Amino acid sequence: MDSSLTKRAAVIDAIPTVFGYVGIGMAFGIIGKASGFSTLNVFLMSVIIYAGSAQFTTVSMLAAGSPIASIILATFLVNSRMILMSTTVARYFKKDNLGKGILIGTFLTDESFALSINKVNYTSGKMTFDWFNTANIVSYITWLIATLIGSLLGSFVTSPEKFGLDFALVAMFIGLLYLQVVGDKKLQKLLQVIVIAITFVLTYLLTIVLPANMVVIVVTLIGCSLGMVLKYVFF
Amino acid sequence: MSSSNYTLLTILGCGLATWLSRVIPFILLKKFSLPEKLVDFLSFVPIVIMSALWFSNLLLAKPGHLPQFNLEYVLASIPTFAAAIISKSLLVIVLVGMVSLAVIRLI
Repeated sequence: MDSSLTKRAAVIDAIPTVFGYVGIGMAFGIIGKASGFSTLNVFLMSVIIYAGSAQFTTVSMLAAGSPIASIILATFLVNSRMILMSTTVARYFKKDNLGKGILIGTFLTDESFALSINKVNYTSGKMTFDWFNTANIVSYITWLIATLIGSLLGSFVTSPEKFGLDFALVAMFIGLLYLQVVGDKKLQKLLQVIVIAITFVLTYLLTIVLPANMVVIVVTLIGCSLGMVLKYVFF
Repeated sequence: MSSSNYTLLTILGCGLATWLSRVIPFILLKKFSLPEKLVDFLSFVPIVIMSALWFSNLLLAKPGHLPQFNLEYVLASIPTFAAAIISKSLLVIVLVGMVSLAVIRLI
């Protein structure tokens, strides 16, 4: 990753995330098919919802025949972290027109968010619509193709985990976290390490009491608040 | 309601819920500026979200019990983290992670 913010740079920067999308997207297609949905419906979920973990939640709740309102609420809660990410990213597009902002927001994902936050460390805080939008579109197209392949393969592949594909996404978060800590020039390293340790403890404790899909958002809200308090008091 | 309508309506509703959480901040921030406290809060979002996503994947929730560790994922995280330090390249990190897990499962 370098300081270039062209469309071409965005495609290159987004390549590592493609593996994550292929792994999870295919897994989603396979699971969707295995849960009894048509290829078209599985594909539509990726086209319209476009949110990895929330789509898995939706499939399992739909298969269980849950009421529509509760599925939508679950989706909103699982994705509520998007509000935080979107708020973080929106600051870079304050000067662009609203249409561009909405376009960036519409295709924003965990991965493109994390990628862009890393990128900003290389560009001394600059971000462009071209770079972000291209990275987003690469992600979206990859996601759709992976879902389609997964749902078509659904009847043949029984163990995608044999290839370690399910770990692609986790590996990416590890990499992005490390690069973020190394690259962030605003927050002190010790403070960051302490906050990560706190996050670990919070994740462990909250996994005991909260449903899995609520853990990340609640941990994030508490973790960031504690980080802020630590920063004011000790740093 | 037919089952295909039920599925389609749910997909549309979920899509709308997701889209709104992605887009509303962009609309609101066009009109308002963020207070400094919130900017400070948001500066922690990247590391906290990424570690939370990582750590939650390492845990297997068991209602009413302490979470167990997903040993395969914990072990695969070690070479992945080493790859991060050595290569600083996301592509290498993801590949090392996938290969590590595949190898661990073979053993």
